[in-house]
Amino acid sequence: MATLARKDEYADFPVKKVSLYYITLAFVALLIGTLFGPFQAFNYAGVNLYPVLEKLLPFVKSYYQGLTLHGVLNAIVFTQLFAQGALLYLQSREMKLLPQMGVAWFSWWLALIGLVMAAIPLLLNDATVLYTFYPPLKGHPLFYIGAALIIVSSLVTVYLSVELWARWKRQNPGKPTPLVSYMSVVTWMMWAVAAVGLVVEAVVLLIPWSLGWLKGVDPLLARTLFWWTGHPIVYFWLLPAYVTWYGLLPKHAGGKLFSDPLARLVFLAFLIFSSPVGFHHQFADPGIDPFWKLVHTVLTMMVAVPSLITAFTIAASLEITAREKGGRGVVGWITKLNWKDPVVLASVLGAIAFIVGGAGGIVNASFTLDYVVHNTTWIPGHFHLPVATAVTLTHMGLALALIPHLTGKPVVRLPLARAGIVLWFTGMMVMAVGMHTMGLMGVPRRAWISNMAPNVRGAYSEAAGMMVLNGIAGAILFVAAVLIFYVLFATLLQSRRLPPEERPEVGFSEALSGPEGRRSVMVMDRLFFWWGLAYVIVLVVYMPTIVRIWSTFVSAPGFRLW
Amino acid sequence: MNKHVIEAYERGWMLFSLAMILVFLVFIGYTLSGFAFYVPTAAERIDPTKVRTGGFPAPHVEKVGPGKYQAYVIAQAFTFLPNEMHFKVGDEVTFYVTSPDVQHGFYVHGTDINVQVIPGEIAKVKTKFKRPGTYMIICTEYCGIGHQNMLGKIVVEE
Ligand code: HEM
Ligand SMILES: [Cu+2]
Ligand SMILES: [Cu+2]
Repeated sequence: MATLARKDEYADFPVKKVSLYYITLAFVALLIGTLFGPFQAFNYAGVNLYPVLEKLLPFVKSYYQGLTLHGVLNAIVFTQLFAQGALLYLQSREMKLLPQMGVAWFSWWLALIGLVMAAIPLLLNDATVLYTFYPPLKGHPLFYIGAALIIVSSLVTVYLSVELWARWKRQNPGKPTPLVSYMSVVTWMMWAVAAVGLVVEAVVLLIPWSLGWLKGVDPLLARTLFWWTGHPIVYFWLLPAYVTWYGLLPKHAGGKLFSDPLARLVFLAFLIFSSPVGFHHQFADPGIDPFWKLVHTVLTMMVAVPSLITAFTIAASLEITAREKGGRGVVGWITKLNWKDPVVLASVLGAIAFIVGGAGGIVNASFTLDYVVHNTTWIPGHFHLPVATAVTLTHMGLALALIPHLTGKPVVRLPLARAGIVLWFTGMMVMAVGMHTMGLMGVPRRAWISNMAPNVRGAYSEAAGMMVLNGIAGAILFVAAVLIFYVLFATLLQSRRLPPEERPEVGFSEALSGPEGRRSVMVMDRLFFWWGLAYVIVLVVYMPTIVRIWSTFVSAPGFRLW
Repeated sequence: MNKHVIEAYERGWMLFSLAMILVFLVFIGYTLSGFAFYVPTAAERIDPTKVRTGGFPAPHVEKVGPGKYQAYVIAQAFTFLPNEMHFKVGDEVTFYVTSPDVQHGFYVHGTDINVQVIPGEIAKVKTKFKRPGTYMIICTEYCGIGHQNMLGKIVVEE
C-alpha cells in the first residue's frame, strides 16, 4: 500500500508555515473588513446601500454594525496578524534561527480563538460599539474577551521576538543586530509599551463591567487608557511597513539602502516617543489638564522626526538606485525603478500617500487647529492615507512576494494585482479629497448620513459636490479590492507549486553606509536599556493624570443604544 | 557615492527635521497665546446617573450680564436639550454640557466649539458669536442608532 503521507513543504524552515497561517488569516480578516468600505464611501456620497447589503448578508443590521466590523477587522486584526507573520518570518530568516515554534503556534491559536469569540457578538449585532468601544456603550462580554485574547497573542509574539534576539546576541557577542531583526524587535518592544493602556482598560474595567461584576466604569479613565494605546497603535501599524521600505524595498528596486544607522535611529526614536503622546486625541476632552495636553503635543511633534527621516532615506535610496541604472532629470529617474515588482509598486505608491497624509497629520496634532476637524470626516479622510493606503498597500505588495517564497506557489495573474494596486492608490486619493473637504464643511464622521430622519434631512447639502467624489472613490476601491483579493486568494488556493530551486528568495537590502565600526550602532543595540527608558517616560507622562482621574472614579452604567 | 557625502546628508537631514519641528511648536505656541484660544476644561465631575435628577441644572439659557449668557445643555441619545437657542450678534456664551447616558459630541459648526461630551464630566466652553445666521449643533461622537439625527441649532440675530 502506497503511503499517502503528504510531503511537508515547510520542513526546511518550519517558521514558514506558521507565518503563512498568520498572513492568510490576516487577509481573510481584511477581506471581510474591506467589504464594508465602499458601502461607507457611498454613505458619504448620500447613497444608502444598506438595504441592499442586508438582502445579501442578512446579519447586517445597520451602518454602524458594518463600521464596527470594518474598523476592528482592518485596523486591529489585519495589521496585527500581518505583523506577527511577516516580522517573525523575516527576523528568523535573517538570524538563521527558529523561534520557539510551540509558542509561535500557541500565539496563532490564541489570535484565532480571540477572533472567533469577538466575531460572534459582532455578527449578531451585539457589540456595535465601533473599534474604539468607548464606554458606557456596552457590548457583549465575548467581544471584550475576544479582543483581549487577540492582544495577548500579540504580547506572546513580543516574547518570541525578544527571545530570538537575545539568543542571537548570546551566540554573536559584540556584533550589531542585523538591520531587519533590529527593526522587528524594536517594533515589538514599542508595542509592548503601547499595549499597556489597552490591556489595563480591558482587564480591569471593560471585561468585569460587561460581565456585571462592576456596576459602572469611568468613561474618561477608559478613554485615557484607550488612547495610551490608541495613538502608538498607529506606529504599530506603520513600523512593519517601514521594515519593508528599509529592509526589502531597496533590494527589490535593484539598489541599496542609503544608510543603515539612520534606519536604526528612526526605530529607536519610535520606541521612545511613540507612547507618551495619547492626549493629542483628547484635546477636545474636558477633565485633562491643558499642561499635560501641551506636553503630549511637544512629544507628538518629536514623533514626526523619524517619519521625516524615513521619507528622506527611502527617497534617497530609490533615487541613487535609479541614477545608477541611468535615470536622469529631477523626476525623470522615477521611470527607471522596477515598477513591475509588486513590492516596488505598492511600497512607492504607499509612501507617496504617506507623505501626503503626513502633512494633514500635523494639522491634527497641532492642538489649536484640531478643534476645526475633531471627529469630522477629515479624520478618516486623513488616516486612510497612512493606514489604508501606505500600510495596507505595502503589506499587499510584500504578500505578493512572500507567499510564493513561503509556499512555492507562483502568483496567479500578477498584472491584475498591479492594476488593483494602482486603482487602490487612486481611489484612496480621491476619497481623501472628498473626506477632508467635507470635514471642513462640518460633516461628522461615523454618521449614517444617507439615512437621516425627515426633520434633519439635507443638513449637509452644502457638501453635495464633494459627496460625488466619495461615490467615485467607493466604486474605484471596490474594483481595486476585487482585483487584489482575487489574485491573493487564487495564489494561495491553487495546488501548483514550483520545485524548490525555482522558488523566489526574499532578499534583504544592503546598505551604502553600513553598521560596521559605528559606535552609535552599538549604543543603539542596547535594547533592554532603551526599552526600560520608554516605560519610564510613558509612566511619567501618564501617571499624574490617571491617578487623579482614578481617585475620583465616576461610575457610569452601560447602555445599548443600537 | 562617497561615504563622507552620505554622512553629511544624514546629519543635514536630521538637523532639518528637528528645525521643522521647532517651527511647528512655535506656531502652536503663537496660536495659543495670540488668538486667546479657549481650551475646553472640566467645570467639575458629576455622577451621570444624577444628571436628570438635580445633579445638573435643568437645561436652559441664562443671562448673567450685558451680552453675557450661560447655557446648560444636556446631550442625550439622540437630541440636545435645549435643541434650539437664540442669541444676538456679539453675545458671549459659556456652555456647560454633560451627558446622562453615553458619549456625544458638541460641535457648533462655524465656531471653535468642538468638545467631547463625556458622562461624568461637565464640559465648559465659551465663544462669542460674531456673525448672524443659523449655526448647526452637530453630535460628533457615535452614540447609537440615531446618531446621525442628533442635530440642534443656534440662531444668532442682528
Ligand atoms: C475599499 C477600501 C476602503 C474604503 C472604501 C473605506 C472607506 C471608509 C470610510 C468612508 C470610512 C468612514 C466611515 C465613517 O466615519 O462613518 C472608513 C472608516 C474607517 N476605515 Fe476604511 N475604507 C477602506 C479600507 C480600509 C482599510 C484597508 C483600513 C485599515 C487597514 C481601514 C480602516 C478604517 C478605520 C479604522 C475606520 C474608522 C472606523 C470608525 O470610525 O469606527 N479602511 N472607511
Ligand atoms: Cu494619534
Ligand atoms: Cu451622536
